[in-house]
Amino acid sequence: MKRVIELTINGSAYDVVISPQDLLIDVLRQKLDLTGTKKGCGQGDCGTCTVLIDGRRALACLTLAIACEGRQILTIEGMEKHGVLHPIQQAFIDKGAIQCGYCTPGMVLSAKALLDEHPAPTEHEIKLGISGNLCRCTGYVKIVEAVRDAAARLQAAADCGKGA
Amino acid sequence: MSGNGRQFNVVGKSVPRVEGADKVRGKAVFTDDMRLPGMVHGKLKHATVAHGRIVSIDVERARQVPGVLAVITGEECAKPYSVNNYKPSEWPLAKGKVVYCGEAVAAVAAMDEAAAERAVELIDVQYEELPVLLDPREALSRDDARIHDWAEHNIGYEGVQQFGDVDDTLEKSPHVVENSFYSSYTHCGFLEPQSTLADYNTGTGLLTVYTCNQLPHYLQQTIARTLDQRMEKIRVVIPTVGGAFGGKTEATPSCLVACMLSRQLGRPVKITYTREEVFHQNKGRHPAHMTMKMGFDNEGRITALDFDCLLDGGGHSSWGFVVMWFIAALTHLPYKLPVVRYKGKRVYTNKPTPGAQRCLGGVQVRMAFESMLDMGAAKVGVNPYDIRMINAVEAGYKGPTVIEVRHAEFKKCLESVASRSGFVEKYGKLPYGRGIGMAGGHYSTGGAFLLYPSFRPHSTAQLRVDTEAGVTLYIGATAIGQGAMTVLCQMVAEELGVDYREVHLVCQDTMLAPMDNGTYDSRLTYGSGHAIKNAAADIKAKLFDVAAIMVGAGKDHLECVNGEIRSIYEPNRKVAFKKAVYQYLSSVGPLFGTGEYTPPQPKGDYDGKLIGPSPAFGFTAQAAEVEVDLETGQIKVVGYWEAGDCGKAINPMSVEGQVEGAISMGLGATFFEEMVVDANGRMLNPNFHDYKMPTALDMPELQTEIVASYDPTSAYGNKEVGEGPVGPVIPAILNAVYDAIGIRFTEVPLKPEKVLWALGTIEAPAERRLHVSSESTYCARRGCAPDGSSLQEP
Ligand code: FES
Ligand code: FES
Repeated sequence: MKRVIELTINGSAYDVVISPQDLLIDVLRQKLDLTGTKKGCGQGDCGTCTVLIDGRRALACLTLAIACEGRQILTIEGMEKHGVLHPIQQAFIDKGAIQCGYCTPGMVLSAKALLDEHPAPTEHEIKLGISGNLCRCTGYVKIVEAVRDAAARLQAAADCGKGA
Repeated sequence: MSGNGRQFNVVGKSVPRVEGADKVRGKAVFTDDMRLPGMVHGKLKHATVAHGRIVSIDVERARQVPGVLAVITGEECAKPYSVNNYKPSEWPLAKGKVVYCGEAVAAVAAMDEAAAERAVELIDVQYEELPVLLDPREALSRDDARIHDWAEHNIGYEGVQQFGDVDDTLEKSPHVVENSFYSSYTHCGFLEPQSTLADYNTGTGLLTVYTCNQLPHYLQQTIARTLDQRMEKIRVVIPTVGGAFGGKTEATPSCLVACMLSRQLGRPVKITYTREEVFHQNKGRHPAHMTMKMGFDNEGRITALDFDCLLDGGGHSSWGFVVMWFIAALTHLPYKLPVVRYKGKRVYTNKPTPGAQRCLGGVQVRMAFESMLDMGAAKVGVNPYDIRMINAVEAGYKGPTVIEVRHAEFKKCLESVASRSGFVEKYGKLPYGRGIGMAGGHYSTGGAFLLYPSFRPHSTAQLRVDTEAGVTLYIGATAIGQGAMTVLCQMVAEELGVDYREVHLVCQDTMLAPMDNGTYDSRLTYGSGHAIKNAAADIKAKLFDVAAIMVGAGKDHLECVNGEIRSIYEPNRKVAFKKAVYQYLSSVGPLFGTGEYTPPQPKGDYDGKLIGPSPAFGFTAQAAEVEVDLETGQIKVVGYWEAGDCGKAINPMSVEGQVEGAISMGLGATFFEEMVVDANGRMLNPNFHDYKMPTALDMPELQTEIVASYDPTSAYGNKEVGEGPVGPVIPAILNAVYDAIGIRFTEVPLKPEKVLWALGTIEAPAERRLHVSSESTYCARRGCAPDGSSLQEP
């Protein structure tokens, strides 16, 4: 039975008509044109569909859209603010962590979940934090570097905020 | 000009990617992200048997599903296809018979995906099952069960190359080693599933095809030939490609089917594979059964090689012909090899078809060759590093084939990894269970001959300079994640003195950009570099006529730097680039420049001669230190070093990324990756859960280095980088494991249970024939028994 639900995505409310079995990934990509979230496997194995739901990592290909009512969904489209890239995004560009870019949105969101929880992660924590996201292009070296760099940028921004 | 070649302003800098912001914002458009007005969805029906005659296909119930617009089968297909149209065997939809489980047999177009899926389920296909052949060694002996009627003994291709008298040389060689190897059945593993959006315009008859493919101009030809559609009425557009690695060099059946359905319906049709379909489409690496016999003189110089290679070709032809001869060609470098016999066979089996995977042919050869070198070193009594240095090629090397090495810094690579890893000090001296291994490698920088049967330029660049768009480069290049767009913009910026971010790039579109041979064989940056340099020279020859008058200097004394055209001798005499362009457009007219490139095409007179020669070769050397857990069989890579000669690195950050990615693909193949089919030919692991690729946690620390190098034959000193480094990974690990525990593994993936079987800790299943060998020299060298206890003299 189709019904209308309200989803809060990147701070905006959307009314969507869905069936109970509709997956979040398909709703994002096909109904809302939020195609930044990728579908590399549809089976919970690759992490390209990673989004944050109430600040926690979730795989949109395994999440029912209906279960997201009343929760805050963050997709890659919500990372930049007023046209300014999030420090994690900028670090990915500057450190060469992007090749084909298919894993990138999911990686960035996993990195955000990690850094929100561990602002100064160890190398192992970084690797653990992105271990649910496959990347076939980079060998992860530059991605790990980018996350480390992003942590430093965020820390610097936070320190600067305290000083002000 | 320094010893390292030309001085550059933009080339050689680690500038960030031009498309980086789009990708990190989720704004880069991949094919499946696209939607066109009136678009409908297509879905394929797949074979459930690995070998069978199609007795009947009942599509009536499928047609009845609400929302279904069309259902087609192989009966609607005009022609089969293959790479180079050599022994075409594959149909958009199987015709008459299926030759692997998962092959597409019918297709549906419907208003939405759910309806298409329902309809596909309702298609009823009846098969008369035929014998399923899964091992090429068995397939060879089953002429009674031909997979393709025309393939005797199921042989697709076979050939022999012989240079010198191998038997005689081996007989006279003081040291001879011999072994057999098996390289595994791996998938390219790109994260973006193939997708095609075909849009046939009934008004103009133009078929526009949006798809993720590495060779758009070649795909255009395949579509034209297979679907009887005129070339001029096909436009292939490549949106962002989410990884390819060789696996997206061919037309997928889904691409051709989407074209057929769109033509039939007169509306856009999109087909996107599921991950399971991606695995069944395969086109990854050819598994190879290899036997090598190699001779050495008393100093360790290779005297001769006898090499037998049997390739498991799966159900279709694909790149089989090229792979078979490329393996032969890759044998000849990076070590001097005077006398060689290569016997290659590619045999059809009832499995998803291997095709092209990054470092095509090189992974198989290197695995065997580098293991043989270590065996030879032990026999001769020299260090594995020394045996590589003794045999390593240098610039100017020309072996018995037409392959010529015009530039090489391979020895520098070997020296670098040896010293950085402490190889000589560690080899044979680490405690039992710990070992170090080394391997070398190389790859070509584009073939000398086109994939197309024609002699036109391989690369073409057009530059348009005006006050409306600024500088625009039209080039047939396709970016697949390797960073092509950025380096091409860097080259244009270098020539015209503009900011690389200001260069507009029109590429990945067969209608807007001139013909290009495609993104494969690491040819793009080298060929495009020459073409861009020539196109820019054309622009400058025209523009400097006008600028010379404005500057008041001779036209031959001008250069473009930092947005200005200035005199080389008196840099203060200058004019803004834009001003000169404005003046040119007003006084002369439109400003266009064209450049092209075709590699040297050496003549040979042996079978397979067209495959192998290249204008340049990249080189790499790698060393791995491992720790083998004798209780669990786990192998831990505790150190990994690489040094690469890619000529001048146009963008060092991108080069590092290419090398790191290549090594991770190599490590995946070494330790985990293998597609497994059951006795009926059904793939057991067509998903990333069971086909395991390396995660961040699986990666050791990689220490890569770009050695100082400049290839003078190249427009910017650059050459291959992205493929060669996959090759040495497997043998570097195998050699290290041998150094650690004295067991020479000759098959991959090297799973813990295999280590335990080999150590005798647990018993191998009876039906499992494990490829290992041990050599008496190990014990002698280490002064211990294979289990690490001290050696007892017999
Ligand atoms: S698409 Fe969700 S994990 Fe792969
Ligand atoms: S950049 Fe291609 S998969 Fe990560």
